[in-house]
Amino acid sequence: MNIKNKIKIIVNGKQMQITPKFSLKSLIIKLKMPLNKIAIELNKEIIDKRKISKTQLKKGDKIEIVHFIGGG
Amino acid sequence: MIDKKFKIANKIFKSRLIVGTGKYKSFSECAKAIKTSGADIVTVAVRRVNISNKNKARLMDYIDPKKITYLPNTAGCFTAEDAIRTLRLAREIGGWKLVKLEVLGDKKNLFPEMIETLRSTELLTKEGFKVMVYCNDDPLMAKRLENAGAVAIMPLAAPIGSGLGIQNKVNIKIIRKQTKLPLIIDAGIGQASDASIAMELGCDGVLINTAIAKAKNPIQMAEAMKLAVISGRKSYLSGRINPNLFGSASTTNKGII
Repeated sequence: MNIKNKIKIIVNGKQMQITPKFSLKSLIIKLKMPLNKIAIELNKEIIDKRKISKTQLKKGDKIEIVHFIGGG
Repeated sequence: MIDKKFKIANKIFKSRLIVGTGKYKSFSECAKAIKTSGADIVTVAVRRVNISNKNKARLMDYIDPKKITYLPNTAGCFTAEDAIRTLRLAREIGGWKLVKLEVLGDKKNLFPEMIETLRSTELLTKEGFKVMVYCNDDPLMAKRLENAGAVAIMPLAAPIGSGLGIQNKVNIKIIRKQTKLPLIIDAGIGQASDASIAMELGCDGVLINTAIAKAKNPIQMAEAMKLAVISGRKSYLSGRINPNLFGSASTTNKGII
């Protein structure tokens, strides 16, 4: 695919390029994230993990993927 | 004497020691310390996944949330909005409603920002969260938190990670007298005797992270803390003798030769 057709998004503060019509589910699969151990925010809104295949990503989207780490 | 059950938001827990999962050398050391401590609640934090290193070990691979209750915290949050965002995400990971609220106001000594903490408690409670609140050892604020719907009051003993032990026993005692909510000392414990003192003051539990994780032997310290909490609780329930300035012989003079 031509580079011009790529879409820029921000994932956990880092820029990424995806192809058009890329779903949030495709992104999670691409990043190999275990769905049962994470939560996802799209432009500061929590996305129901059951609905990620229906969520299409668009230019400039900001995605946060979080998990649990050690803490007090 | 039979102790009453340690109950938070209507759920019974076996151990009165809650352990933090931060600052350990490795996840396996953390898991071992938790097992030795006997804790059935552990605090955890919400942070970004490292997307460039996908194979990095995860806390959930070492500590099974089906066996141990995860208590998501809001470490690093300075406003009610930050705290609510963080806890909504925590809830989304796996449905956790029991949470530890910690809204800080000062990066140096990590004291709680009590105005934001109170506001957060109200908002989170309205959203259905069961909020255990890290707070100052201020009886008036503790009362306000209780009225706002907190499920546990968790005053500091001393600044987080300081290891200074309980600095204001009087305030802790006053809070104990005024509330029926679980009272848990959160932050500032340094050694086992501090944990015992907390329990002897009538607290329902103690939350410890740094004192175990950064001890030279964290696993052994986890055991020491477990015993200290049990010991302090038994001492509290047993009813101590009145302190006396003068001596009182343990042996009778009757039959002396």
